Amino acid sequence: METAEYSVVLFYSTSNALQAEKLFKKTGVAIKLIPVPRQLSSDCGICLRFDRPDEPSVKAILEKKQIEIQGIHPI
Amino acid sequence: MIYLDNAATSWPKPEAVYQAMDNFMRHTGANPGRSAHQLSIEAGRIIYETRESLSMLFGIGDPMRIVFTSNATEALNVVIRGLLHPGDHVITSSMEHNSVMRPLRHMEKLGVEVTVVKCSSEGFLNPHDVEQAVGPHTRLVILNHASNVVGTLLPVAEVGQITRRRGVLLMIDAAQTMGCYPVDVEEMHIDLLAFSGHKGLYGPQGTGGLYIRKGIESSIEPLKYGGTGSRSEHEYQPDFLPDKYESGTPNTVGLAGLGAGVRFVLEQGVNEIQKREQVLTRSIIDGLKAIPGVTIYGDSDPRKRVAVVSFNISGLIPSEVAMQLEEYHQIMCRPGLHCSPIAHKTLGTFPQGTIRLSPGYFTSDDDIEGTLEAVRRIIATKARF
Ligand SMILES: Cc1ncc(COP(=O)(O)O)c(C=O)c1O
Repeated sequence: METAEYSVVLFYSTSNALQAEKLFKKTGVAIKLIPVPRQLSSDCGICLRFDRPDEPSVKAILEKKQIEIQGIHPI
Repeated sequence: MIYLDNAATSWPKPEAVYQAMDNFMRHTGANPGRSAHQLSIEAGRIIYETRESLSMLFGIGDPMRIVFTSNATEALNVVIRGLLHPGDHVITSSMEHNSVMRPLRHMEKLGVEVTVVKCSSEGFLNPHDVEQAVGPHTRLVILNHASNVVGTLLPVAEVGQITRRRGVLLMIDAAQTMGCYPVDVEEMHIDLLAFSGHKGLYGPQGTGGLYIRKGIESSIEPLKYGGTGSRSEHEYQPDFLPDKYESGTPNTVGLAGLGAGVRFVLEQGVNEIQKREQVLTRSIIDGLKAIPGVTIYGDSDPRKRVAVVSFNISGLIPSEVAMQLEEYHQIMCRPGLHCSPIAHKTLGTFPQGTIRLSPGYFTSDDDIEGTLEAVRRIIATKARF
């Protein structure tokens, strides 16, 4: 089942990553907290992985809740 | 045994607090925010949940405005030592705890001007006196929300209107009110608030925190610098909350317990807890009033105070009374100055102090009746000598 295409949200701080995780669990968007992939560089050791097609809704939710992010990258 | 020392630290704690701490130690255990494995992430989640529960209690939308410290004293030090500079002026009241007075007196030696506004002999503060003390260099007003000696509430909301209008920051020491008295930082115009995790929030000792209104953190230097798990490749301290003030491995087991304590408070409702504690306070005050030879300090209306009652028995020193309460009646309370010499000077009870009874949400009516009976017996025995 490892055929899906993923992207990740990078955060400045662990607290923000955990805040976002909780938020997405509530909204029903499928996400998982994972270690930051080696090819990316982030201020915080964990990031949120999601299905790439969900990117518009992921962005909208983060913006609505004003959670600061470092960036979104395909992996 | 009767425990009437909840103003020092609440005990017992709700069952969920013991369970949360035991569960963390046995099944999670890891260092939050440092590694990316599941146990570390779970530890981080526990702390995040505690932060979020507290933000609900504070009536704020953003949990990141809450910074964890090891107690209220540390939170007060972060602000007093990190915000004030030589030439700044700070205003406080004559009812403060030494966790405010000592850092302020230290800053005074470094060139900060300190004004202590005098309160009445019941411990009341006139907001007008605070306004009178504001000058061109006034940076901060720092006030006790409720006295740990007599429970008297200070007029925080009224002072908040003055400070906001005059462009001065307002810091509140809510060690005695958080969890048992409603606090809305937005409505009361509170800019900074220090709290204990181990009193009315039912967490374990070694927990506490600081609320910082958005934007103020840029003027407050941290007390501690170090690793935060974020920006690991940078050698400079992060400038965002909560990381700026949370260097080093946190007290995760304590914060697990604090989270359970705060959720207990949210479930019961602060208003319910306040109501119950007012009933207990009224019983103590009415009971003591009826005993000849007893002097009670502060206002006798339980609605103007939290559940802290100070009294003296004529002809007996407080430490002697407390010793008899413990030795013959197994009642645990606190005699003396309660870390607040200036409050006792205001009340006229310096240097001998008072006997302080501080019931909590778990105190029963029988506990109060037993304590009143013990006081009557101590006085009766004294009369026989
Ligand atoms: C009014 C007041 N301020 C500050 C403190 C200090 O709190 P902590 O022991 O959590 O540092 C206390 C409690 O001892 C207190 O009663």
